[in-house]
Amino acid sequence: MPILRLPTPLRSYVNGQTEVRVDGQTVGEVMHSLVTQFPTMQPHLYNQRGELRPFVNLFIGATNIRDLQGLDTPVEPEETILLIPSIAGG
Amino acid sequence: MLPSLTHEEILRYSRHLLIPEVGIEGQQKLKAASVLVIGTGGLGSPVLLYLAAAGVGHIGLVDYDKVEASNLQRQIIHGTDRLEALKVDSARSRMLELNPYVQVDTYNEPFTSSNAMQIAADYDVIVDGTDNFATRYLSNDLCVLLGKPNVYGSVYRFDGQASVFDARHGPCYRCLFPEPPPPYLVPSCAEGGVFGVLPGVIGTIQATEAIKLILGIGSPLIGRLLLYDALNMSFEYVKLKKNPKCKVCGEQPEVTGLIDYFEFCGVPGIGHEQDTVEGKEITAVELAKRLKSGQPLYLLDVREPHELAISSLPGAVNLPLGQLAGRMSELDPAREIVIFCKSGIRSARALEILLSAGFRNVRHLQGGINAWARTIDPKMPIY
Repeated sequence: MPILRLPTPLRSYVNGQTEVRVDGQTVGEVMHSLVTQFPTMQPHLYNQRGELRPFVNLFIGATNIRDLQGLDTPVEPEETILLIPSIAGG
Repeated sequence: MLPSLTHEEILRYSRHLLIPEVGIEGQQKLKAASVLVIGTGGLGSPVLLYLAAAGVGHIGLVDYDKVEASNLQRQIIHGTDRLEALKVDSARSRMLELNPYVQVDTYNEPFTSSNAMQIAADYDVIVDGTDNFATRYLSNDLCVLLGKPNVYGSVYRFDGQASVFDARHGPCYRCLFPEPPPPYLVPSCAEGGVFGVLPGVIGTIQATEAIKLILGIGSPLIGRLLLYDALNMSFEYVKLKKNPKCKVCGEQPEVTGLIDYFEFCGVPGIGHEQDTVEGKEITAVELAKRLKSGQPLYLLDVREPHELAISSLPGAVNLPLGQLAGRMSELDPAREIVIFCKSGIRSARALEILLSAGFRNVRHLQGGINAWARTIDPKMPIY
């Protein structure tokens, strides 16, 4: 199963884990599995219309999925997706 | 023509002069350069100290806060003897202690759309060391419009980010984050906390990038975002591309002047923290009376569970702000609810969430549990 790496602000929704293994063959499927498994994360990642929020950035390797095929980007079983949050502290 | 160095300056900067990539000419470039640092907090502290130490000739600093005790765990440019002093004055005096050969100009005012252009116009490089989304979008747009590099750094708990956004040569902040998150989804460091040394690392990286830009050496972080995880001690980079549809630096920009960034970020303006929930507040004194009356009241604590070990109110139910939207069904809209947090910011956001979900009999504790500690229970710690 692909691995999803999470930043600190979101780890409290997955019992403090740094990364979680979630099922899916595309980035969209992985994200859907994530919020099915951890429903309290849903409002952080998706808006009320069910679209991924624009400040949620997902990377495979060093590349933003926006520069690949977006949520349709295929994911290999051992591949890691990196979720980069919008943080503002200083 | 570059300014010459005095004998005192040659001695002071000798370790720079010995590096071929810097040398006399590089040090002269630093002396001729000007950098504006927005924010003199956790990130601003190391940035300002290192820019001053490095001999950047003209440094500007913008902030409108005073030094508070809770700043000193990370804002190392200030000190205990400067509590209550203006941050810009405190920072300036420390910088001049470190290096009297630099010019430090201070702007003791909020950095807003109305003064940002005027303040930033004379500076070569802008360093974003702010602590809120509104000022980050302002800094970004300002730099795009003025054609200046924006040395970005941001921290939260154990996570740090750094990049150089220069729309002339790569993406801008909006290319990566087209819109800010709704305020209730992302707590600030004042609410969520920050690992004290984290801004030290990220701020030092920002200073490094600013100095490299001035010297024109190495590979700047343009088109790359550095991600630092202090807990796992990992540094990673991801590639950033310019977004052709970016509203400020794209092919057909919609933002051609500075906008109202507080409105854009959905937050109240400076000094208007409580406006959106006006009339829905309860003071600590009123709450104490209300609890004494014995009438049933649902006390909702929206802080993180680990904060309960610092202070708590008996009978309160803990439901952290970040989980509120997903667990609202646990609350009974028919009951009278009073929400509280540490200082009244998260509870105001929680109140907005509940009001927009149709809850009516709900208020929040003005000033949070810290106000309770101040006025009702002097034995309770303030944090």
